[in-house]
Amino acid sequence: MSFIEWGALGQVLVAGLLVGAGIPALFALGLRLLAGTTPADAPATPGSTAPSGSTAQDAPASRVVSIPRPSPARLAGAIACMGVVVGAIAFGLVFLVSGGH
Amino acid sequence: MTETLLLALVVVTALAFDFTNGFHDTGNAMATSIATRALKPRTAVALSAVLNLVGAFLSLAVAATIAKGIVDAGVITLPVVLAGLVGGIVWNLITWLFGIPSSSSHALVGGMVGAVLAAVGTSGVLWEGVVAKVLVPALVAPVVAIAVAGVGTWLVARLTRGVPQEVSNRGFRWGQIGSASLVSLAHGTNDAQKSMGIILLALIAGGAVPADSGVPFWVILSCALAMAIGTYLGGWRVIRTLGKGLVEIDTRQGMAAETSSAAVILLSSHFGFSLSTTHVATGSVLGSGVGMPGAKVRWSVAGRMFVAWMVTLPAAGLVGALCHWLESSIGGTAGTLAVFLLLVVSSAAIWLASRRKPVDHTNVNEAWDEEKGASLEPVAATTGEAGGERVGPVPALATASSVAPAVGAVGTVSIPTDQKVGA
Repeated sequence: MSFIEWGALGQVLVAGLLVGAGIPALFALGLRLLAGTTPADAPATPGSTAPSGSTAQDAPASRVVSIPRPSPARLAGAIACMGVVVGAIAFGLVFLVSGGH
Repeated sequence: MTETLLLALVVVTALAFDFTNGFHDTGNAMATSIATRALKPRTAVALSAVLNLVGAFLSLAVAATIAKGIVDAGVITLPVVLAGLVGGIVWNLITWLFGIPSSSSHALVGGMVGAVLAAVGTSGVLWEGVVAKVLVPALVAPVVAIAVAGVGTWLVARLTRGVPQEVSNRGFRWGQIGSASLVSLAHGTNDAQKSMGIILLALIAGGAVPADSGVPFWVILSCALAMAIGTYLGGWRVIRTLGKGLVEIDTRQGMAAETSSAAVILLSSHFGFSLSTTHVATGSVLGSGVGMPGAKVRWSVAGRMFVAWMVTLPAAGLVGALCHWLESSIGGTAGTLAVFLLLVVSSAAIWLASRRKPVDHTNVNEAWDEEKGASLEPVAATTGEAGGERVGPVPALATASSVAPAVGAVGTVSIPTDQKVGA
């Protein structure tokens, strides 16, 4: 009996990287397509440098962020990305319910 | 009479273990959501409790085995199970007292191994199983999770460059809640069934149900409830360590970490290489610090955890062995009661000790103070979050020495003014 099942470990690592890192990346990509990008030369206003860490989410909500409506192509890309994410979650739920664990 | 009492005590103790399991493991799913304030602390534990409850009913493929492949199934008797459970509970409570996320299942296995050692000696333990199913996974899980969450966080950080922080926060907040919910659900389906399996085995051994019986409904219900109540009470100490102690985390890191946890947990059980939820969740949080440019990981805190993980098996085993020794040397009903009394007294003592420095939903998010009393390090640069790429991550060392006043001036340092920080 070998102490480490290298095959299973390798499968977990590869599939984990694909799913566990791919899903957040797709989610981020979708969000970026939806949100567009701010100009790189936008001034770093003091209001935007919210304290990170414990108070990061307490940033004043008063600052208005204007997001241009994404183009149809970007919207389609974003929907595709989010669709894959939702599909993966649904697959995870099915896996749990079917007792595959 | 003795048999009935023993059976009743085993059932009660198994439910108590189930409770500590939920209590101890709330942080695995919810610590990051609480730390990033994606959810209010009470909301997070309530959500996790409900999902654990639902998860316990989701899949009923209960394997009626305890520590399969680790101890000889033939030597597991009710007194051994009782002693093993006590070992698991006591170790869970001790690690909770110190705020260390450690695996509940490893604690249970350790307790069983110790009790079996005390009962029949080394012949009852399958040492290859101990190494292959407990020790090696404890080493491998954090490595895999750090890799997955690290790559995920790095990709997310690259892809969200330039996205306004408010937008990315709003999106990732939901992503984080969703992925954390999946981890909670997976925990409910996996871990509640361990207790169900123990109770079912005890009932079969005690002759209360036939050997081929399914799980009675009251067992499912009580296990689900015990775990949900434990989850709802929230092991705030563990949540605090996971959410605040290892890495200063933002919503992007939280989402990447929880997705990594969910993926690695589900995939590892799919490929038959079961990893502990706790080890994976901790590794994912660490990975979210490794992958985020400019973030700082408190490896000293992580080091203490790794030590605790390695110690879990022998420590819980020692308690289990002592309990079994006490049980058998007193003997009969009195011995069983003595072990149960020991459990109650030690649990009460640990709870009293915890009251000296309580951690609850009100102070779970206080700034982490590694050296008690020492001034806090500026957390400005830890996530590279402040102002996104327009400001750019500031190296921690530079921040600390030369740029600190400037950084302080733009308000990126959040040092609490009152100094009564500390867990």
